[in-house]
Amino acid sequence: MVKYILQRILYMIMVFFIITLMCFVLVRMLPLPVLPPEDPHTTVVLMRREALGYNEPYLTQFWLFLKNIFTNWDWGLSEKLYFGQNVWDIFVSKLPATMIVNLYSIIGSIPIGIGLGIFAALKKNTWIDYVISTLTMVVISVPSFVYAFLIQYIFCFKLQWFPFLMAGGTNYFTWKMFLSLVPPVMALSFGTIAGFVRTTRAELTEVLTSEFMLLARTKGLTRAQATVRHALRNCFVVIVPAIFGQFIGILGGSLIIEGIFAIPGVGGLTLNAINGLDYNIFMLSTCFYTAIGLAASLVVDVSYGFIDPRIRMGSKK
Amino acid sequence: MTDMMNERIPAEKFAFVQENERLHDKELQTKARSFFADAMIRFGKNKSSVIAAWILLFLVLYAVLVPVFSQYTADDKDPMYVNYPPFSPFFSQFGFLNGAKTIDSQNDKAMDIWKGIAIETGMDPIIRIRNTHETEEKRRGQMVKRYTYDLEVNAYYAMGIVYRNFSYADYQKLQDWQNETGIQVIYPYVDSEDINGISDNSNIWYKMNSDGTALLDAEGNYIPAYSTRSDRAGVPYNSLRLAGDPGDWVYSTAKAGSVQCRILYYNYYIYLNGHEPSYLMGTNVMGLDLFTAIGLGARFSLIFAVLVSVINLSIGAVYGSIQGYYGGAIDMTLDRIADILSGVPFVVVTTLFQLHLAQRVGVVVSFLFAFVLTGWIGMAALTRKQFYRFKGQEFVMAARTLGASDARLMFKHIFPNAIGTIITSCALVIPGVINSETSMTYLGIVDLSTYAGTTIGTLLSQGNGAATTAPHAMLYPSIFLGLLMICFNLFGNGLRDAFNPTTRGIDD
Repeated sequence: MVKYILQRILYMIMVFFIITLMCFVLVRMLPLPVLPPEDPHTTVVLMRREALGYNEPYLTQFWLFLKNIFTNWDWGLSEKLYFGQNVWDIFVSKLPATMIVNLYSIIGSIPIGIGLGIFAALKKNTWIDYVISTLTMVVISVPSFVYAFLIQYIFCFKLQWFPFLMAGGTNYFTWKMFLSLVPPVMALSFGTIAGFVRTTRAELTEVLTSEFMLLARTKGLTRAQATVRHALRNCFVVIVPAIFGQFIGILGGSLIIEGIFAIPGVGGLTLNAINGLDYNIFMLSTCFYTAIGLAASLVVDVSYGFIDPRIRMGSKK
Repeated sequence: MTDMMNERIPAEKFAFVQENERLHDKELQTKARSFFADAMIRFGKNKSSVIAAWILLFLVLYAVLVPVFSQYTADDKDPMYVNYPPFSPFFSQFGFLNGAKTIDSQNDKAMDIWKGIAIETGMDPIIRIRNTHETEEKRRGQMVKRYTYDLEVNAYYAMGIVYRNFSYADYQKLQDWQNETGIQVIYPYVDSEDINGISDNSNIWYKMNSDGTALLDAEGNYIPAYSTRSDRAGVPYNSLRLAGDPGDWVYSTAKAGSVQCRILYYNYYIYLNGHEPSYLMGTNVMGLDLFTAIGLGARFSLIFAVLVSVINLSIGAVYGSIQGYYGGAIDMTLDRIADILSGVPFVVVTTLFQLHLAQRVGVVVSFLFAFVLTGWIGMAALTRKQFYRFKGQEFVMAARTLGASDARLMFKHIFPNAIGTIITSCALVIPGVINSETSMTYLGIVDLSTYAGTTIGTLLSQGNGAATTAPHAMLYPSIFLGLLMICFNLFGNGLRDAFNPTTRGIDD
């Protein structure tokens, strides 16, 4: 098992470096932004470009890029949006907003999603199941910005329960801030809830019809006992890795939702970097999103093995 | 019981069943059902999928027909009718699509202006009064009752009259058009000094009291304040005159090299476009007709999505076939390549392709490349799985023994077995592509408006800015997109279930 995990991690790091290299070369091939001539930062940026070998071959540049990261954790300076500022500092200052929104969303949506999924599976082929399944289908199909608009229109404009945009400041644990976070959290949660409902329902209906459930009932367990002790445990083999995957995804957040509700998070920064052609921020965001995507899939795969002894892919016996 | 069993039957009582007939196999009474027909029957039993298929057909027809037959194109952007509600001159007679917009807290002065528009242009903007609020306030030592009204007005009529500057030639052309059609566009000019110095409201044409309410004559009618100063008139006017014109009202005023006049925008619109404004879903912030724009956007999305899925399908099928058929080291290597490509976030791929290729090959093509770069991976995995399932079977071995080449084995013998799964998953790939495409255009990472006219994502992002004042601009594209996605997914799920051989015969 340990060997398998190590193998997977090594492989993940390799893939990560190859992707970074590809993106790095493609970004460096683009024409450099014109710097404002009067600004004192311009000299600094120009000197840094010289030091980072902007005129050298791409592989040398990549080597210098990596060397800077590993020795000083230096991801470069912003050359457009936050002129002359350290990219990593900007990035870190944006992380809490993204994380807090996603954390609330996950804390809310996991119990609701799993609960509804179990409920639908137990009441299979009744109207409750049909309503839950249809809603799940609708939410999964419709893009998130459509229901973000509906939430904004209904709750923020018509009913005026919540403010339109996220409250300013960095104090994330006030009541005012919490209230202003409800709409984006709702918009984010819908998709997650629907995903969990679908997985849970599908897994549980399959487990409930299997023969060991019949045996459990025959030996005298009540329906509730049999469901909790045997059926749920089996379907958690699939659900728990999905939860882990979601938790890693917290960091990534959602570009769209952050844009709509003006959350000063990583997603908004990435979008601004793309539209403003700030290459260093873009490069950092790329590495970040790639790393999160890879880590999530790794954690999901590995946690399968941990939870279910039947799935130990790496072990020979 | 024992008596029955031991009963003896004499031999002559027995006779051959087919004494004088030839024995042969019975002909099949039922018609053989092909796999496809079988799947269609099963699909037909799935009610929700069938309904989804019909709605989908309707939406596709909408996307195909509306841009062709609409009187508007993507270039018809009206500068004045911006974010205007749905309106159709025909249906508004029956009380819907009447351009209704709510305007709250209108005082007496404002109500006089609304009435003035109705009298002057003959188009009453007020549809109904929703609420009347009564307040008392102290004025010159007396309690005076004041009323404010919440109105529902026809936004198109409510615009009324606007100022426009014309060159002499254009002014003459407009006059000629008036003479020809008998539709009045140019209205008599009003000098601001005649209406208490107000120069920013072109809809006031009557004499006013000092508090801004209309001055009424003995019969309770408005008193016109039209200019009669012919010395300030721009050019001679010899066209339609307003009813009640004693002949000395002036229809324009001279500006440097041009004339300024008051025109009725609704009729001016007819002059410019040749028809009355008719926006079945209203207009958006660009002044685009949403009814047409949604059709245009959807047409692009559908064509694009089909194109992407066909390309991805082909690449994925070939790639997956090679992986699955050869296995071993080749499979391993190709799988690693797919792993690397699938690790790159889609936003990053799209951005880099836009930055590098948009200038050279165009926005649409570079967007297509972005989809193709990672889109085939799912299809390849699917094909690979099917190949692993079939490649060891006897019919493949038999074909190989007969000397079939690798390519023939792959595409003639194994691939057709996998085709059902692949085609049906295509129905679920299309909504995925539409979803990503809409997200990217919504976020503004890709701007397709010069090529496709507009896209639903662009419409949504344009509507988002005025989501509270003009919710229709967001609502209609949302409904269309939502319906399209739901129907595609339901349809795709239905197809998948119908073509899935493992469910075959379960519900028969």
